[in-house]
This record gives sequence, structure tokens and C-alpha cells, in this order.
Amino acid sequence: MNKDALVIAKKKFTSRLIVGTGKYKSMSECANAIKISGADIVTVAVRRVNISDKSKPILMDYIDPKKITYLPNTAGCFNSKEALRTLRLAREIGGWKLVKLEVLGDKKNLFPEMIETLRSTEILTKEGFQVMVYCNDDPLMAKRLENAGACAIMPLAAPIGSGLGIQNEVNIKIIRDQTKLPLIIDAGLGQASDATIAMELGCDGVLVNTAIAKAKKPLDMALAFKYAVLAGRKSYISGRIKKTISGKPSTPKKGII
Amino acid sequence: MRKIKKIKIKVNGKIKTIKKNNSLSNLLKILKIPLNKVAVELNQEIVNKRELNKIKLKTKDKIEIVHFIGGG
Repeated sequence: MNKDALVIAKKKFTSRLIVGTGKYKSMSECANAIKISGADIVTVAVRRVNISDKSKPILMDYIDPKKITYLPNTAGCFNSKEALRTLRLAREIGGWKLVKLEVLGDKKNLFPEMIETLRSTEILTKEGFQVMVYCNDDPLMAKRLENAGACAIMPLAAPIGSGLGIQNEVNIKIIRDQTKLPLIIDAGLGQASDATIAMELGCDGVLVNTAIAKAKKPLDMALAFKYAVLAGRKSYISGRIKKTISGKPSTPKKGII
Repeated sequence: MRKIKKIKIKVNGKIKTIKKNNSLSNLLKILKIPLNKVAVELNQEIVNKRELNKIKLKTKDKIEIVHFIGGG
């Protein structure tokens, strides 16, 4: 385990890249992408078992929950009731307490419904869940989630699946400065450099699904994101130089001929 | 010969006819669903997996069996 581990709810993780398991062409492509990305947390969804077609592949047969941390997610839930039901079921599947809460409010942009999200965070925390919360890039709401007991703040970079990259760097920076909780950019990244920017802003991690799964070469993109996150993190903790508007020579003047 | 009574239940939105006196854990066995990979809801209430064999199914019961799939 490296010294610069990502710590969420007192648990240490090696990789700062969390990947989603949706939208891949096949389960084996998904499993390969996860392996290459180096992620040790993956998001998963809760859905009905197909009782009429048993030949359908099962996620757990491809991604071993003993080796990779499953992060049950409430993607597709549009109110608190649905989200709570989903996460309580997830816990019953195998005792998962670390979960990702995502309550959506609008079908077009898939923006989070923050009132329902806040309410759900309070309830889930009381029930003993450790809740990582998908939210808007709003510093005030992020603070309220923190006060409600969230174990990680997960603001969007841009709408889910849009690939636009971080739209409001200032807000992300403000949220970074106000919280000691893990800050993880969730949704809207499009290419590897977007992840580097997020990490250089001081985020503790990024969550990526579509940008990898829907890339022309998902496996190569998984590798690109792995290095992008590492690069951004190293860059952030190395302390960048100050910006100046005038030039400063890199070569000493002494000894000029 | 005595006729075995059957009941109609709904599993994941589909109507199924099964023999009377079956427990929830029997239903999972009939459907060949591995218990360690799913969660079960009976009439909108989550059932503790250790209790599945204690619960007998009644006609019109609604059962939801869920598992993890790929998602973002």
C-alpha cells in the first residue's frame, strides 16, 4: 500500500480512480477495463434478476467482490424512497454499507435532486450506511451534506455521460478548501486530461464510466485514465510554481560568453 | 389421487404458479438462483436472508429478487 492512499470512511484504497461498470460491450470487456485501470472500487447497480433467461452473465462471476470493492449506486432513482429501497436491498445482498447515493431530479440533464438527496443522506447515515453522495457543484449544499453525515462529497463535473469535463473549476476549488472529506469528481468527464485537472484542483479521486466504456478503445482509455489520475495527484501534492506574467530564464546568466 | 394445491404468485413482475406450502428459500431453489448473490423482497418488504426458509408463500404474494449489474 502506498503512503498516499485514498481513505474513505476509514478504509484505505490504493487507486484514486473509481470506475463505473455500465455501458460496456460485454462483461469481459468491463472486467478487463477495470483491471487495466487499476481501480479498486467499482460502482454497481441493483436490478431484477432475469428469472426466465439464466444464460445471462452475472457481474459477480466477472468481477470478484472479494478483490474489488463494490460500491452500490442508486443510479436511475428519482426520489428518496426509491434510493433508500435500492441501498437497503444492496446491503441485504452482501452486507455493503459503503454506498453511493444518487437521486436524480431531471431526466434530460440528469441533474441531482438535492433536497431529496439531503433527506436520503440523513436517513441512510442514521441507518448505519457510509454514504458517498453525488451532488451539484454547489459549495453550500456540499456543506449541508457534510453536516448530514456524508462520508464523501461527489460533485458533478458536468451532466452524467456528457463528456464535457469540469465546467466550474472555481466551485470545485471552493468545495475543496472548505472540506476535509474525500472529494471525488463524479460524472461528466470526457478524456483523461479532465481527470488530471480534477486531481490538480485537489480532488481526492474521480469516478469515470462513460468516458472509458464508450471510448473507441475502452481498454486503452482505461490505462490513460489511470495515468492521468496519478499524474494529476502527483502534480497537486508536488506544489506547482506561481504564475507570473513576465518571463524568467531557466538558464543561469553567469558564465555567458 | 389427491390433487396438489397450487398458488399463483408474482416474481419480478411475472406470474408464476407453484405448489402450495413452498417457502421463499424453496422458490429460489426452484428458480436456481444463488442465495449469496441476491436480495429478496416480499410484498415490498426486504426479507432477511436467514429467514427465507421460515416464510411460506401465499397466493398473490409479490416477490422481487435483485442482484448487482453493471452501472455508473
